[in-house]
Parts: sequence; structure tokens; C-alpha cells
Amino acid sequence: MAEAIFSIEDLQIEVPDMARKPLFGPAPRREILKGLSFEIARGSVLGIVGGSGSGKTTLGRALLRLMEPTGGRIVFDGQDITHLSDERLRPLRRRIQMIFQDPMSSLNPRLTVGRIVAAPLGARSSDPRIAEALDQVGLSRAFAGRYPHEISGGQRQRVGIARAIAMRPDFILADEIVSGLDVSSQAQVLNLLERLVAELGLTLAFISHDLSVIRRLCGRVIVMQAGAIVEDAPTATLFDSPAHPYTRELLDAIPTPDPSVRW
Amino acid sequence: MSAFLEIRDLSARLRGTRERVLRSVSLQVPPGTVRGLVGESGAGKSMIGKAVLGVLPRAVEIVEGEILLEGDDLLKASPATRRRLIGAKTALVPQDPLTALNPSRRIGRQVTDRLVDILGWDKARATTRALEMLAEVRIQEPERVMRLYPHELSGGMRQRVLIAAAFAAEPKLIVADEPTTALDVTVQKQTLRLISELQARHGTALLFVTHDLGVVAKICDRLSVLYAGKVVEDTSVEKFFATPAHPYSAALLAATPRHTDPTSSLRPVPAAVLDAVGDEIAAADAAWRPHG
Repeated sequence: MAEAIFSIEDLQIEVPDMARKPLFGPAPRREILKGLSFEIARGSVLGIVGGSGSGKTTLGRALLRLMEPTGGRIVFDGQDITHLSDERLRPLRRRIQMIFQDPMSSLNPRLTVGRIVAAPLGARSSDPRIAEALDQVGLSRAFAGRYPHEISGGQRQRVGIARAIAMRPDFILADEIVSGLDVSSQAQVLNLLERLVAELGLTLAFISHDLSVIRRLCGRVIVMQAGAIVEDAPTATLFDSPAHPYTRELLDAIPTPDPSVRW
Repeated sequence: MSAFLEIRDLSARLRGTRERVLRSVSLQVPPGTVRGLVGESGAGKSMIGKAVLGVLPRAVEIVEGEILLEGDDLLKASPATRRRLIGAKTALVPQDPLTALNPSRRIGRQVTDRLVDILGWDKARATTRALEMLAEVRIQEPERVMRLYPHELSGGMRQRVLIAAAFAAEPKLIVADEPTTALDVTVQKQTLRLISELQARHGTALLFVTHDLGVVAKICDRLSVLYAGKVVEDTSVEKFFATPAHPYSAALLAATPRHTDPTSSLRPVPAAVLDAVGDEIAAADAAWRPHG
């Protein structure tokens, strides 16, 4: 196996359960992630799948250190980032990027596409890196002058991807980024991601509830249920011989676009 | 058997413009059958459901066509008659069960509302019927659930409550607008099976709006493929998946990911197909002469 860019050991996240907090005294703790261990190999695409409330988004937020773990270790590229301060995390932030689920709410409606992509670089929109990033996601120069509401959902999602890759990151987290798109735009975005991973040597963690999409894009998959990893396997193995009953249940529930397949 | 719902040449446009959002749509839904409305966002699939239920946004006006419920033309009826027909004979299963339920009212009242307010049932009869329906959608301890508030139920249970409410008055037609899009796949499967089972048992005509061709394959008998408010193909589910007749239908199928066939590449709808269907629509628009 290739060298790991992320090594996660016994990752735990607990939060106070405010719904059960007594009037006086501390709230009881609630475990969101229950001791996860896995690795993400450099240049690979890892799928993270599970039902709502299984902790997949929380796991993503922990990888980006938007949340501080309450136990375990997160090692990014040889450096333990589990409890790094915001200040010491800052130089790493450039290398760890994110693409969001809803491009309409994650792109500033008052900025042009060019300025949106330029903002995290601290550059002007005339910076050659902006045009290059837009090029890489298949948006012509003309898009740089447009506003998010003037372009389609699939194009907006590509702006989000351009903003992430313009930073030349080592790692990108994509959280449900195609679930709001029509199949045709979804196909475009997935084909684009596949190409970028190959061309730029990116490492990608792809959170999704849609196993058909995961199968297409990811080399390895972890299946989460109730804050724990129930299965971690290469994609082909997972689909051909799922080991855990929950994985089988998920696979059985996919509506295949074929009326002759019993359901 | 004659169709319960029949739509003939329905055209609608944005008020004050010439831009049509529905382009001479025709379709039929016989009792006990499920028709899927599929297409990309903005294709007009929800718009058709809204036109049938008489809840089109103000910005949209119907310019011509007929919407027949058991032969009665809703568009020619007086507003009072139209409301009575729609209230008595149709129901909606909405997309998002959380926003469709009033957070400050108990479940029981929300299931009986329609029966009491629109159909004029007395409270005791409506409550009995609500309990029956909640049991039929397999909600455990229906008496207890009747007293709960929406936030105390899971997403899947909330959707089952709405399904129970929709079927409670024995409507002849149900419009289901992306009813499982917000649910997990495992819950989606249970919910679709439940809808399918109730629809078959009650002989309801179902108009099922979805963007998911997988769901269409599992639940529909026939489907209408929409593009820019025009039905480009009206066919049976078997034919659609085996040999889609319209190039746009075939392109939609090719863009749909299949977990059983990972090597088949996901092909976005080709520009040539979009151009061709655009031309087809321009030609239809040029030939269209609104009567009246």
C-alpha cells in the first residue's frame, strides 16, 4: 500500500448532550465517533458511506480539524494534528481543502466567480492561477466575470472545485457534493473529479450516501453506522462480497435502474 | 379502464410573458397505476403535480388545456367546485416531511384535519380512521404517536405519517412529489414499498414525481420524460429501460450511475442531444397556436 497521507487511530469525538442536560450540573456526554482507525493512502480516493446520523460528516470535520477530537490521534503527512492550535494549523490549512454540498450557500453571492476562486489565495482575480484553475474544471475564462446566480448548479459545483484545487492542496474532502445535482451534471462532476485526481495526484475523501456514485469513483470504502466503522474494504470487494450485515442492507436498498431486478 | 386523471394539451406560461413552462402536456393515469414524471430540475415535473392540485405559483398561468378528474374538467369548473373536487378526490405526499408537518401541533390532529375540515367528518370517526391508517403504515402504538409532536419522530416515521394522512380519505389520485429524496436508502426502500403496497390495495392512481430513474424502475408502470416542460417520451417502464425511444431518454439513462456496472462510464447528456431536443421544442413552439 502507498504511503498514508492520513493515519487515524482510535479517533473519538464526544459532545455534551444538551437535550438531556439537567437543570444544574453538566450535560451527559454523547459519543459521536466511537474510536475509528483507518488510513488514507496518498493519491487514493476513499469513499465514506453511511446513513444520516452515522457520523460521516463529523468524521470529515475532524479530518479537517474543524473539530478537535476528544480522543485518539490524527496524523496528517507525518505530523500529529490532533490537538494543534489554530495558529499552528494555519500553514496546514492550505494543504487540506474542502468542497461543500450546496454550492449556492458556499459561494459568496456578491463576488464574481474569479474573485471567489482568488479569495483564499489572497490574489487578484487577474492572477494566472485563477484562469488555470477554471481551465482545469472546464469553465472558460468568460465565467470569471459572472456571479453564482448566473450559472447552473453543475457549474457552481465546478467553481467550488476550482477554488479548492487553486490552493494546490494535498488532500480534498468532498461532502455529498453531487447529491443536489441532476444526473447529467453529476456525471460531469464525477468525471471531472476522476480526471483531477489522476492529473494532479490529489488525495480525495468522498462522503456520500449514494453507493452507486461511490462504486464509480472510489478505490476503497469505509461504511459507518452509529459512529463506528463497520466495514473497511477495497470497493470491488465491498460490492462483490460485503462482510457486514449493514453493508448488505445498504447494497440491497439501492434502487437499480432496471425494472427486471427484484427489490 | 378509463383514466382517473387525464391531462390534455396542458400549456402554462409565466404570467405576462410568452415563455411556456408547460408545453402541450398530455398524460393519463388509470386507477391502480403509477405514472412517473421524470426529468432534470426545471423540466416541469413538479409543475404538473401542482397544476393538478390547483396550487401553481401565482407567477404561472395556465393558457390552455384540460385537467380531467373522472371526466370533470378542473379548469372549467368554478373555483368552489374545483376546490371540492380536488379536496375530495386527491391528496399529496410531499417531499420534505419536516416542513410539511406543523411543528407545534400533535400528529393526530394533523392526520384528521383534512377529514374534519374538508370532508366534514365528525371527530370520533376521523380519529378512528387516523388510528386505522397509522396502523396500516406500520406505526407501532398509534394511540401514543397521535399525541406526539413531529420532532419526536424520525424522518422515516414522519414520512409514514404523511402517507397515512394522504390515504386516509381514500383519495382516487395521489400526487407524490419526490417523497423519498430526503430519506436514507434503507428507509427509502421501506417507504417506497409501503406506498406501492397501499396504492395497489386501495386501487389509487399515483402520479410520482422523481429525478431518480432507479426509483422509477421500482415503482412505476408508465412514465413521462420531460424536458423544458414538454413530454418527450411517454412509455411503459419496461420499454423505457430496454429501448428508450427518444435520444434524450437514452442520454438520461446513460448518465445514471449503476453500482452493478462500474466500468460503464457515466456519460453526461451530450450537447448534440440537447441541441436536437432544443430544436424539437423550438419547432413545437413555432407550430403552437393557442386557441382562445
